[in-house]
Amino acid sequence: MERIPILRMGDTLLVTVQVDMHDQLAVRLLDDLTEMITKARARGVLIDISALDMVDSFIGRMIGDVAATSRILDATTVVCGIQPAVAITLVELGMSLAGVRTALDVEKGMELLRAAAQD
Amino acid sequence: MRMAVSTNRILKVMESSQIQLLADWVKALRGTATARSSSLISDPELQAQCQELITLLSTALRNARLDAIDDPAWEPTREYLAGLSRSRGRQGFSPTETAMFVLSLKEPLFAHLRRAFAGDNEVQLLLDVWELGKLLDMLALYTTEVHQQAREEVIRRQTEEMLELSTPVIRLWDGILAMPLIGTLDSSRTQVVMESLLEQIVATRSPIAILDITGVPTVDTLTAQHLLKTVAATRLMGAECIISGIRPQIAQTIVHLGVELGDVITKASLADAFRLALKKLGHNPAQA
Amino acid sequence: MPQPRTDSEGGALRIEIAEGQDVVQVRQRAREKAQAAGFTLTEVTKIVTAASELARNTLEHGGGGWAEVGVVATGVRRGVRMVFHDEGPGIADVDQALRDGFTTGGGLGLGLGGSRRLLSELTIDSVPGRGTTIVAVRWK
Repeated sequence: MERIPILRMGDTLLVTVQVDMHDQLAVRLLDDLTEMITKARARGVLIDISALDMVDSFIGRMIGDVAATSRILDATTVVCGIQPAVAITLVELGMSLAGVRTALDVEKGMELLRAAAQD
Repeated sequence: MRMAVSTNRILKVMESSQIQLLADWVKALRGTATARSSSLISDPELQAQCQELITLLSTALRNARLDAIDDPAWEPTREYLAGLSRSRGRQGFSPTETAMFVLSLKEPLFAHLRRAFAGDNEVQLLLDVWELGKLLDMLALYTTEVHQQAREEVIRRQTEEMLELSTPVIRLWDGILAMPLIGTLDSSRTQVVMESLLEQIVATRSPIAILDITGVPTVDTLTAQHLLKTVAATRLMGAECIISGIRPQIAQTIVHLGVELGDVITKASLADAFRLALKKLGHNPAQA
Repeated sequence: MPQPRTDSEGGALRIEIAEGQDVVQVRQRAREKAQAAGFTLTEVTKIVTAASELARNTLEHGGGGWAEVGVVATGVRRGVRMVFHDEGPGIADVDQALRDGFTTGGGLGLGLGGSRRLLSELTIDSVPGRGTTIVAVRWK
């Protein structure tokens, strides 16, 4: 079954989305991540979507759900690398991804997660 | 049926007296041309262009109806005229002068028709002239249309270039960008502003961007919403956007319009915004 | 003369929408056509995103159907035209369906209203019980 790999680095989970995701794949990623947060006792989730050239309302909702779910499980989610064109489109679409933390790239995302872990 | 006959008769004239027709046409063209346009195009060049169009017309007439220049058989003729119209436009010819190039074929061609079929069948001759006139009118109008299109393309390109020129992104500090906006912000300009700001944020990996609107005279609901969208898009990318230089009247307008600025950070001046940005990045503005 | 005409590459090819992967297909076709029409990256992204929303709408609410994506031109204006068709339950109240937050599925209700904001024209032709046809155009 097609899956997006989740990397574990200490107490952080790293996901790099590189394929044009169909809906089932996005749903599977949400399920896998939720399970992994608990199993790996992760404190942070970093989702790098710099390779995605499109985020529609479905994928947007999936990202929002990951953030909300991880919060309940006491982990912080940071989404990084949203491309300018994708950001403009999301805003036009009416999706502000409220409640999702964002960073410019993986490095800055890791910084943000480290800072969040210290709170 | 009559149409086919008409086409055949015209074709016959065009082919049998091609050399004379060409000479007459060039002469007619030089007769109507102003001194200025004569200097723009040489005699051999003009002659070659006339020759080419006559050849194309004959070919098209052999294969297609006279009154359907949208027909694929007319494509080479249309293409040739389009190229001609564009190059003349560049050379500085007016649309009228370009159209006259086609229209001036009427007189010599009608004269040749009259000479070939005079006394034969006057009604038929009248019909031929009428159909041929319509055709040349359509082709002349087509050159005008192409001319217009070329102009519109130039205008559009210049507008785009102007938009890009009017939206500079300045790097104030390591990690701090500023974009001073001057002039009216309409929908398409805001789009360009938004895009170049976001692209620069990525290119320079700057977490903070300052949008300074000191030079923006008025803000309407649409502009205010565009600014908000820029701020929202910046946030999605993981950066922060500060709006500075909101003048008192504009602040009032925004409140009157009922536009909710929400958690957008606003500062009175670019200097204030810069100070805040430095502080956010952990620098001490007093030392910096 | 300014009759809209489809592009020279044999017009718009039909893509069947029967499962999630087909939505991805529609997105890819929309990207190709939008790039061919000369749109900027941001505009291409908007068109692709709208195509994704509308294709999903056809799948989820229409129970599947087809999509056609092609380049259109009138005079100097060029654009991308997308048609989505299903023979599902139809939309009872089109105005309501275009409002943000309205949803019959489990989504956010941004599909139709959001798509309209991303495009120049969006017309919905729906007969309850018979199906829905959505024609969407983005002009340059």
